Amino acid sequence: MSSAQFVQYLVAGITSGSVYALVGLGFTIIYAVTKIINFAQGEFVMLGGLLSFTLIHSAGLPLVPALILSIIAAAAVGAAMYLLAIRPAKKASVVSLIIVTIGAAIFIRGIAGQELTKAFVRTPSFSGEQSISFLGAHIDPQALWIIGIMVVVTIILHLFLNYTMVGKALKACAINPVASSLVGINPRTMALIAFILASALGGIGGVVLAPLTPLSYQAGVMLGLKGFVAAAIGGFGSPVAAVFGGLLLGIVENFAVAANWGPFTSSYKDAIALVVLLLILLVRSGKLAEEERAG
Amino acid sequence: MRNYLKYAVVLFLVVALLALGGIGCSTKEQGGATPTQAPEPYKVGALFANSGPNQPLGQPEVETVKMLVKKINDAGGINGHPLDVIMYDTESDTAKCATLANKLIEQGVVAIIGPTSTGESMAIKPIANQANVPLISCAAGSVIVKPVGNYTWVFNTPQLDYVAIQRLYTYLQEQNITKIALLTDTAGFGKAGKAWLGNQTLLGEYGLTIVPDGDQTYGSSDVDMQAQLTKISGTAAQAIVCWGTNPGPAIIARNMKTLGMTIPLLCSHGIAFKSFIDSAGAAANGVIFCAGKLPIVDQLPDTDPQKALLEQYKTDFEAEYGIGSANTFGGHAYDALNMVVGALKAVGPDKAKIRDYIENNIVNWPGTGGVYNMSPQNHNGLPSDPKQAMILVKIENGKWTWLQD
Repeated sequence: MSSAQFVQYLVAGITSGSVYALVGLGFTIIYAVTKIINFAQGEFVMLGGLLSFTLIHSAGLPLVPALILSIIAAAAVGAAMYLLAIRPAKKASVVSLIIVTIGAAIFIRGIAGQELTKAFVRTPSFSGEQSISFLGAHIDPQALWIIGIMVVVTIILHLFLNYTMVGKALKACAINPVASSLVGINPRTMALIAFILASALGGIGGVVLAPLTPLSYQAGVMLGLKGFVAAAIGGFGSPVAAVFGGLLLGIVENFAVAANWGPFTSSYKDAIALVVLLLILLVRSGKLAEEERAG
Repeated sequence: MRNYLKYAVVLFLVVALLALGGIGCSTKEQGGATPTQAPEPYKVGALFANSGPNQPLGQPEVETVKMLVKKINDAGGINGHPLDVIMYDTESDTAKCATLANKLIEQGVVAIIGPTSTGESMAIKPIANQANVPLISCAAGSVIVKPVGNYTWVFNTPQLDYVAIQRLYTYLQEQNITKIALLTDTAGFGKAGKAWLGNQTLLGEYGLTIVPDGDQTYGSSDVDMQAQLTKISGTAAQAIVCWGTNPGPAIIARNMKTLGMTIPLLCSHGIAFKSFIDSAGAAANGVIFCAGKLPIVDQLPDTDPQKALLEQYKTDFEAEYGIGSANTFGGHAYDALNMVVGALKAVGPDKAKIRDYIENNIVNWPGTGGVYNMSPQNHNGLPSDPKQAMILVKIENGKWTWLQD
């Protein structure tokens, strides 16, 4: 492998990894506050992409307002999902609520397919399509947007969680919901905020990804799975860990294609995420069970 | 807990109602006018993938059948009998397709058109054959009709998959290209294509070899193929042959442009959609694919036996579904239904006679796929010479242009 090829694989890996990271962040935030694994997380990426396409091409909005509106709309769907499907079933066990999220995912996917479009759609690139040369590798400018926005979003999220009152309340609720409600933090409001944040993150992932690759109403399934693996690598702990989980998964996937380990050809690219997931579950199952008992 | 159960039940009911509503409007789409006249309607079955992975191909087929049925019935039906096409959505699922085929047979259809994919066609081939119902598949797999063998009730209308591959290989040979790389979809269409693309006899015939590390694949829902392409760019490949349908090839075209790869990209007829050009943008320019003549109908000479028919189909379809929407997949359904309608017109609603008619009387019969010549040995009917069976299309300035070689 030449050094140019190495850089190429690395950049491709970081690009897909950044999208997985944005999805993984959403998983982590909702899990931290509610202990729910939200399997509809990938659908918000799909919504971000499809909505931005609809707003640009059918409503004729300029790029930036269309993107912002799409992210807000995705966040609104996330809020609606919490208020209509999760909160009413508040006394259900966490496992039941996770199943509710799967139902919500199927619902969102179905509505998007019927109401938005069944076709694969792509939105215009943010800044042209002329690729940029970097250390012998060629990079799509949109890839830089994706990586840059992921980094900025992660930093903002970090600052929000650690330096604002609402952010601190979210963290408190994640650490100990009973104690935090004793000091006046409403866990249901915090859960709503977590869902809004997570779906907005998904929406951001969608609007930045749609110019790079065509998305369809079914795109959320695989992206959700990859994001889940990203969050799992990070141990569903800190958001930063989920980001590293996403990047790691993206890079491993791309180098797996490069390496040709024995029978592992490019056919197995998608299987990598599942293998990584299985390994994590095997290695971490003891620890997760411990956390469960402690919690 | 009780409270939760209540909500769960309500949620379940809402979902169930929505699901039923969806089924009500999407799975049973009956075409045609209400049969108020005295003559019995002629019942024809249709199975297409109007959802699931094959939806991009199935949707134009569904739309074509609806359009054609309406047109025929508005013009007074077939010999005064209204045409009643009972159409079901297979959801791209072979098991579901088999169930629906049995259902159609029970409903007494005189012929079945579709399904969309080779996998689904293979699943219902024995069912239709055993029930003695003519089946005219709209899938390209050569396994469906080659050889005919005992399956004398089974036909198909698209250009066969290996003919399409030979068409691309002919071009490569003419361009003195000997080393190629493959990039195929891991799902049905790409997988079937990969088997023929990598067929050593076929490769040898055209003097081609697949370079080491040059046999790459991608998943249908992958968002980025730069890794595979980077791998190929490190080989001696002089061209890439890609087999798959939307959106994979569009991503590949874009990724190739990003990576600065200049070797030609050749694709299957699975990209003969306007949406390929929309998705790939400027990167679509230069891509070559094989197809029927529909994409370049405006460039055909007036002497072409298919021209009038293709123009008619394109005009009718686009009047109904929008400019640029007509494609070769809808054409496969158009040909299949027209064959059945022709048979019904000539011999009436007798399954055996319809079969015989299609086998023996579809001769020098222009369709959208080509000029058909069915025979007891050939249940596809299109020329086996790749250059006669298919044309090459090159995308230039975002437009399909006829690449005459």
